[in-house]
Amino acid sequence: MKSKSRAPRGGAAKLKAIKVGFLARVEGEGGLHVKLRDGKVTDVKVNIFEPPRFFEAFLRGRRFTEAPDITARICGICPIAYQMSSIHAMEDILGVKVTGQLRELRRLIYCGEWIESHVLHLAMLHAPDFLGYEDAIRMAKDHPDLVKLALRLKKAGNEIVRILGGREIHPVNVRVGGFYRVPSKAELQPLEEELKWARDAAQQVVQFTASLPMPEFEQDYEFVALRHPDEYPFNEGRLVSNKGLDIAVREFDEHFEEEHVAHSNALHSRIKRRGNYFVGPNARYSLNFDRLSPIAQEAAKAAGLGPVCRNPFQSIVVRAVETLYAVDEALRIIGQYEPPDRPCVDLEPRTGTGYGCSEAPRGILVHRYRIDNQGVILDAKIIPPTSQNLRTMEQDLWHFVPQNIHLGPEKLTWQCEQALRNYDPCISCATHFLKLTIEEESS
Amino acid sequence: MAPTKAKTASKPRLAVWKFASCDGCQLSLLDCEDELLAVAGAIEIANFPEASRAVAKGPYDVSLVEGSITTPHDAERIQMVRKQSRYLVTIGACATAGGIQALRNFADVKEFTSIVYATPQYIQTLKKSTPITDHVFVDFELRGCPINKHQLVELVSALLNSRKPNVPTYSACIECKRRGTVCVMVAQGTPCLGPVTQAGCGAICPSYHRGCYGCYGPKESPNTAALSVGWSRLGVRGDDLVRVYRTYNAYADAFRRESEAHEK
Repeated sequence: MKSKSRAPRGGAAKLKAIKVGFLARVEGEGGLHVKLRDGKVTDVKVNIFEPPRFFEAFLRGRRFTEAPDITARICGICPIAYQMSSIHAMEDILGVKVTGQLRELRRLIYCGEWIESHVLHLAMLHAPDFLGYEDAIRMAKDHPDLVKLALRLKKAGNEIVRILGGREIHPVNVRVGGFYRVPSKAELQPLEEELKWARDAAQQVVQFTASLPMPEFEQDYEFVALRHPDEYPFNEGRLVSNKGLDIAVREFDEHFEEEHVAHSNALHSRIKRRGNYFVGPNARYSLNFDRLSPIAQEAAKAAGLGPVCRNPFQSIVVRAVETLYAVDEALRIIGQYEPPDRPCVDLEPRTGTGYGCSEAPRGILVHRYRIDNQGVILDAKIIPPTSQNLRTMEQDLWHFVPQNIHLGPEKLTWQCEQALRNYDPCISCATHFLKLTIEEESS
Repeated sequence: MAPTKAKTASKPRLAVWKFASCDGCQLSLLDCEDELLAVAGAIEIANFPEASRAVAKGPYDVSLVEGSITTPHDAERIQMVRKQSRYLVTIGACATAGGIQALRNFADVKEFTSIVYATPQYIQTLKKSTPITDHVFVDFELRGCPINKHQLVELVSALLNSRKPNVPTYSACIECKRRGTVCVMVAQGTPCLGPVTQAGCGAICPSYHRGCYGCYGPKESPNTAALSVGWSRLGVRGDDLVRVYRTYNAYADAFRRESEAHEK
């Protein structure tokens, strides 16, 4: 990657633009436009033309109990994340703390979503980039065992969501205060055998991702993730970064801001007075390595990952490690499960503002609501992980394109796409985001 | 799934299109973990951006359309999709009824834009979110928020074998009876939209001790007025009745009219 990173004058200047009209293998609609002059990047825009859907507007006037089901519809890939962030925000307002087995069941259903979403992305959407296939179906012709293993592993995650939530997409069983119905031990037990297989399979997936050809690209990111005193984070913890941030979720608005830019139907987030930041698997992992279970830590070490991972391309390895963790954690929860006496705690609406933040597969998802004493939503704010990563995604390309201009238009365009897919961008989420174009300005 | 008769030339060509939506319905295709490679063997997935960089030009034998029409550009794009497709099938509540984003149809979209975006003039959007059938002829529709993946496999299988898809239009109540779920409305007094909602999900909510919330939209000839009387007896007031019908199929005729009947 390094030998030709400085192309001779004039040679690379032929490349005028990198254009990806419609970025594939992401959730939602967006593109990329990179402008070049004499081999230097002059502009990078991640365009988002996914149509806006106005969730924050029509949540006004709805009951607080409706937020989990309505906000789940922002994203069909990570509905649990929306359900979890919204219920925690509402419980923050109502002064309710859900503990014990109900809290464990929330972690369990989140494990299911991480497995399903991570395996979908790493095997079906991201791995084909590393191996040079247009898609997983074509990859399956040469690597049938890998694709079959991934499909079965993904299904194991979906099974957790289905049993606990009723269905894989937009599950129906999660509510503010708990669940509508909690599973019996006998309902969860069939998961155990498949998850034991899945633990071995996830270890194989970690090894596979570690064997992939990996572009050398490291940046000095500000990683932001939840951190909990004794758990790898799903639903709870403080918001921390590797550059000194350490705040309660309630303090989010004091430290973060959003900006509306012309080329995007998604808002861009940044840390006040500092700028862009990075959320998602690499951030979570680098800030919480010590909270992973021993089996996940060992697999990460064997895959050559240190306790901090600054190469976004290696996110595919980190996702595999997190998948292994989620399988391991699901087994722990199922192993100790005793059905709670009641599926839900009592709720009494009261006036107030509350925050909820949970770790969606793509990174922190923040919800803020204000409700009145009847439980009617007066105001809603939703900050999805992809919109928080947009600036960092653009920043990556400012640095990545000049280092790799020697690759030629076709390969460079593909690698730019791959660089964006590092973030598993969910455009449906970000507009509540993607199209790639690289353009040479005449000099 | 029918075995592949010919390897390449005669495979039916499938395209998947997205308009305003959450991606969940097309994800259902990737969620067919047991059937995906068989389906991919029987058909040519010619255009499926969520899954592949490779895009083959039309025409297509089957287009699956997800999402509703909310922008001037999308209103033009759906015409192009129709022209290139032998069969056009809409998948999910957004494509068949306008989706949750059709809640704008009951409000002022300018106000909506200014609530979400600091610079509303950057945003291009139509006043209404409308189903695909308002714009082009639709050959078949799969209901649900999200669709049921077994119904999707049934649909693809039926089209491959030139038969009508077996997708019932009766109410969710029939599925509860078949499943052996005790009626939550009669036995527990839990308000339920099952009697007016089209079957297809497998009556999941009542099996989780929860009333149906209508995500498959109105069944054929639903008696929503009678059901609303039943809901009022269980203590659900006017405003809440409006909310109940105004979710993922808010702009479907029967649900829209019933919600308007309870609006002051």
